[in-house]
Amino acid sequence: MTSDLHAPTRRHLLLASGTLFAWAYLPKVARAEGRDPRLLVIVLRGALDGLAAVAPVGDPDWVALRGDKALTLDGKPPALPLDSFFALNPAMPNLHRLYKAGAATIVHATATSYRERSHFDGQDVLESGLGKPGASDTGWLNRALASLQPAGRAGGGRDAFAVGPIAPLVVRGPAPVLSWTPRRLPPASDDTLTRLLDLYQHTDPALARVLEERMGLATIARAGGMDAEQPRAAGAGQVRAYFAESAGTAARFLARPDGPRIGALAFDGWDTHAAEGATNGRLAMLLGALDGAIAAIETEMKEAWGETVVAVVTEFGRTARINGTDGTDHGTATVALLAGGALKGGRVVADWPGLKPAKLHEGRDLKATTDLRAVLKGLLKDHLRVVGTVLASKVFPDSAAVKPMAGLLQQA
Amino acid sequence: MALDPKAQAALALHRFGVSPRPGSIAAIASDPRGALLAELDRAGVGRIPDTDLLPSGPAWRAAFAYQEAQRAARRAERAMQQANAQGTGASSEMKPADQPAAPAAPRRNPGPGVPQQIYLGEAKARFNAALGAEIGFVERLVWFWSNHFCVSADKGNVRQICGAYEREAIRAHVLGRFGDMLLAVESHPAMLIYLDNARSIGPDSLAGLRQKRGLNENLAREILELHTLGVRSVYTQEDVTRFANVITGWTLVGMRQDPARGGEFEFNPRTHQPGAQVVIGKSYPDTGAEQGRAVLAALARHPATAKHVSTKLVRHFIADEPPPALVERLAKRFLATQGDLKEVAKTLVTAPEAWEAPRAKLKRPGEWIVGALRAVGYTPPDIGPMMQAHHLLGEPLWRPSAPKGFADESAPWLDGLAQRLDIANQLARRVGGEADPREVFEEALAPLASTETRQAITRAESRPQALALLFMAPEFQRR
Repeated sequence: MTSDLHAPTRRHLLLASGTLFAWAYLPKVARAEGRDPRLLVIVLRGALDGLAAVAPVGDPDWVALRGDKALTLDGKPPALPLDSFFALNPAMPNLHRLYKAGAATIVHATATSYRERSHFDGQDVLESGLGKPGASDTGWLNRALASLQPAGRAGGGRDAFAVGPIAPLVVRGPAPVLSWTPRRLPPASDDTLTRLLDLYQHTDPALARVLEERMGLATIARAGGMDAEQPRAAGAGQVRAYFAESAGTAARFLARPDGPRIGALAFDGWDTHAAEGATNGRLAMLLGALDGAIAAIETEMKEAWGETVVAVVTEFGRTARINGTDGTDHGTATVALLAGGALKGGRVVADWPGLKPAKLHEGRDLKATTDLRAVLKGLLKDHLRVVGTVLASKVFPDSAAVKPMAGLLQQA
Repeated sequence: MALDPKAQAALALHRFGVSPRPGSIAAIASDPRGALLAELDRAGVGRIPDTDLLPSGPAWRAAFAYQEAQRAARRAERAMQQANAQGTGASSEMKPADQPAAPAAPRRNPGPGVPQQIYLGEAKARFNAALGAEIGFVERLVWFWSNHFCVSADKGNVRQICGAYEREAIRAHVLGRFGDMLLAVESHPAMLIYLDNARSIGPDSLAGLRQKRGLNENLAREILELHTLGVRSVYTQEDVTRFANVITGWTLVGMRQDPARGGEFEFNPRTHQPGAQVVIGKSYPDTGAEQGRAVLAALARHPATAKHVSTKLVRHFIADEPPPALVERLAKRFLATQGDLKEVAKTLVTAPEAWEAPRAKLKRPGEWIVGALRAVGYTPPDIGPMMQAHHLLGEPLWRPSAPKGFADESAPWLDGLAQRLDIANQLARRVGGEADPREVFEEALAPLASTETRQAITRAESRPQALALLFMAPEFQRR
């Protein structure tokens, strides 16, 4: 065992980082039904390009939209077919295998109710569950937990509950939360470095020069701060290892008979404005790491995998078209990736809006046709047995009009 | 280039203070200069009102008592090991049954010892003073003078008294007279140990005639070269030697000599070099401790001293290449007021050059770390990580590598830029879930920031990334 769940300690003052936050109670109603459901929410910060993760290869406007950056069934490498219309990014063979086995569901053209394009506000809406950005101290997952009657404390009498000071908003709130921090730091983001170097190059050449020299980034600089292939390649192993360790450890905790049942973690790095690399660059690397994280969860969950749902969500999508620097800018609708043995999977849930210019949101983004809250409400209702009225008032306030999506789970 | 009032206020906080806290810029925007001047007049400013902190004498004695106990414990352990080794071979195997209560307490890693505890307590008080300051101009002056008159915790037993030294010799006089600060510094046990004067013995003194040890010129040289006149100015090697003779006998009370007063300053006539000494053209009769005080008073009044410290002040606060006219004005004021440091500080912040100089100086690590914490309103519960951060960035607290202190120029600190990014990332992850980078930006940096910096922060992919970029922005690093 790598480590125990615990209250944040001194060691984390410097090391606190991508942390698992988990709830220590077992949901009572589900328990009474003889089930022992697990839910793990993974937040992708930075806005995942849903069209590059799950491509609408059957849409006649798809290739025209993205040109040689479009994922296709005869691409190099070829996209992995999901149905007659959608195909999965080739960096995600595990998710594809799970999908084929009925243990993964993809929801496409989905978004929260947020329609602006600020990461911070978008993440607030995604995690708070409120209709609009603004001050919130609590997240929807925590409020959902607080509404559940506990059937007994997990964790073998452990009473070191604490809300970690850097807990993601989605799990902050009244329900007590345990934390675990991986020994490994998330790799210092190349993306932050690239942005900083770009800022220095425009405003402070002396600092730019020093940063280039010290970080050995002369190669990036020569390519205008955009071409990330060589330096990033070195970090890919680290990113994979970090994702897999975080997710795998989370699963080990959730799998224990006396462990927590609900957890959340966050992965950064999805803001792919430049050199997105959907098939063989940065995004492919990140999606591959995410795919490895999902595989690690499946492995570590063992028998509990059959009672597990992993929900991968992000604050919004990206522009439908590629921008001038081979990336994509902030957009609207994207995908939600669901995996786990409890799902009635093997399908893409989408009310496809189309990709013709007139069909795009504000002429630029994939239009949102499925409210992400419907998906999350469906999971909370059918998996954890959160009551419908609570979902519509406390968990996702003012969302009575957004009906919980039915039929996501094997056992409804 | 005239800055608007908010930018002036932000500049005042970054250049002369310890960086803005939320609300700081607005609070002084109507009159930034006036606010700096007002801080100089505030009662008790610059002092640390923490009654838990020990004065240097008691700190010295507490550390000594601890070290004695440690030595005794080691002796006892050695004695027992020897007894076990030569004694009955069976006894060690039977120990669990035989000696239930005395397993010799293997005391590896029993936590920090008393000297380190005192050091960390002092460090915490110092950080809290900076984190709690409204503007922090006086804190910055304390940091400046403390570095000008630096000692090092790594030398001898300075660790347990370097914090007290700063409070007793620097803070007590930071807005007083330079001559008083100089005397307090050079007669403080921390300085007497750090620069070896405590064991300097006049060759012709009673003690000197009896033993082989003799004169140590270290402190005398650094007083002339670093603390007062400046290197290659008006003194010669003869002046150094004669001045070293003058201050023989400036030492501290030994613990065995007087356990109740051990570690306090004393003038020991038995080690003092007898006779008059000529220092920089003036003869000083042997009046015991008074002889040294008279030389220090003369040094404090010397025009070379005025020029040296004025140059350093301007270099620290304003520009790596100090504008000569500004240095001249400070030096004049210094001499006209008999070294009144409050008046000198006023002259500095009312000078037009002090506001017009480009914001080119890189903040020292300590300024930058405290600035980042203030910007997000975070007070670390434990100072360990802050101490580590200072160390990582090359400015370990009260531990300069040489008596010259940490560099006032920017260039040496550029090397730590990559390490700053690591620390910025860590701090941003620590507080990034709660602080809104856009608010932090508005409150700490906006009036001075470029469009590019604003965009980089607002377009970051997450709050932690935005905060890291904010801490690393040129406008947050430079002043």
